[in-house]
Amino acid sequence: MTHRNHDPINETLAMSELDKQLLNEFQRDFPLTSTPYADIAARIGVTEQEVIARLRQLRAAGVVGRVGAVIRPHSIGTSVLAAMAVPAARLEQVAALVNGYPEVNHNYEREHRYNLWFVVTAADQDDIDAVLNDIQRRTGIRVLALPMLESYHIDVGFKLHWEPDDRDIGEINANHQ
Amino acid sequence: MQTISEQDRRLIEAMQDGLPLEPNPYAVIGRRIGMDEAEVLRRIAALQACGVIKRFGIIVRHRELGYLANAMVVWNVADEQAALLGRRLAKFDFVTLCYRRARRLPDWPYNLYCMIHGRDRKVVMQQLASIIDRCGLRGVPYRILFSRRRFKQCGARYLSRATELERPPVTARRAVGR
Repeated sequence: MTHRNHDPINETLAMSELDKQLLNEFQRDFPLTSTPYADIAARIGVTEQEVIARLRQLRAAGVVGRVGAVIRPHSIGTSVLAAMAVPAARLEQVAALVNGYPEVNHNYEREHRYNLWFVVTAADQDDIDAVLNDIQRRTGIRVLALPMLESYHIDVGFKLHWEPDDRDIGEINANHQ
Repeated sequence: MQTISEQDRRLIEAMQDGLPLEPNPYAVIGRRIGMDEAEVLRRIAALQACGVIKRFGIIVRHRELGYLANAMVVWNVADEQAALLGRRLAKFDFVTLCYRRARRLPDWPYNLYCMIHGRDRKVVMQQLASIIDRCGLRGVPYRILFSRRRFKQCGARYLSRATELERPPVTARRAVGR
């Protein structure tokens, strides 16, 4: 059984061969069968218990967010990207306030005058507007709403490069050609 | 935009926190919403086939994998060129998202967005130079916004506020990833 090891350089979990196979091969086309973990185990030559235990560890470490569905934007519920230009001294407080909404599922500080960027997802536009207006009212800072008009990316999962030098600069994904 | 059935919506909601890490996860999901395993599997397959589910599988978190240089690149392109350019940008495997969004003039003139996740900033800058060169974006105004702190990242929730209030407290609403 593999152990969790922390890489002191970049604070990430040391990845075993099992991890690499799990993360490379099962970001999509996850088995739709009664026993998906047993089927994965059979394909990569380990036991069902090992697959489940390792996924639990990866999830606990935050490497795996979840096993599940990525939903096409706006096919169920709706979402919007929002940006705020927050004075540096207030950023942590405003970020915590924004985090407090269950409708906010991403929230990042970015290097720009517009320094707080978050995504609000809700059942409908009224709920989104209510959240954005509430944030604006409570902070006194204008919220820039940047709704998505068109998506060009086909989600095939994230191609992981395991070594820092494994960099395919300019590579075009074969799945898209 | 197509509307999805009430049953499909309930199924997606039941999976929001992720598939249980147990031997028969689809049966577990089904029991939560009174649906048998075969129907759960059939509905997931159908939602994938019609594109509502873009991808079904392990969802990784970039930062924990060492992808710390996360850049949102925004461009101000002519609206009529956005689709062509967006489809070109999306072909690069380090581009993880690519959207056209509404401008907010005069504050925010940018309408085409892409995300690049890399292990270090220098590589991301090289990747950006490469796409500018190869997608005909030279001279097009852009900004690159690297992320600093991540304050929150979890799966999206689609329940309305009213629906959430009606849910019994026993349902799994724990924080994702913890």
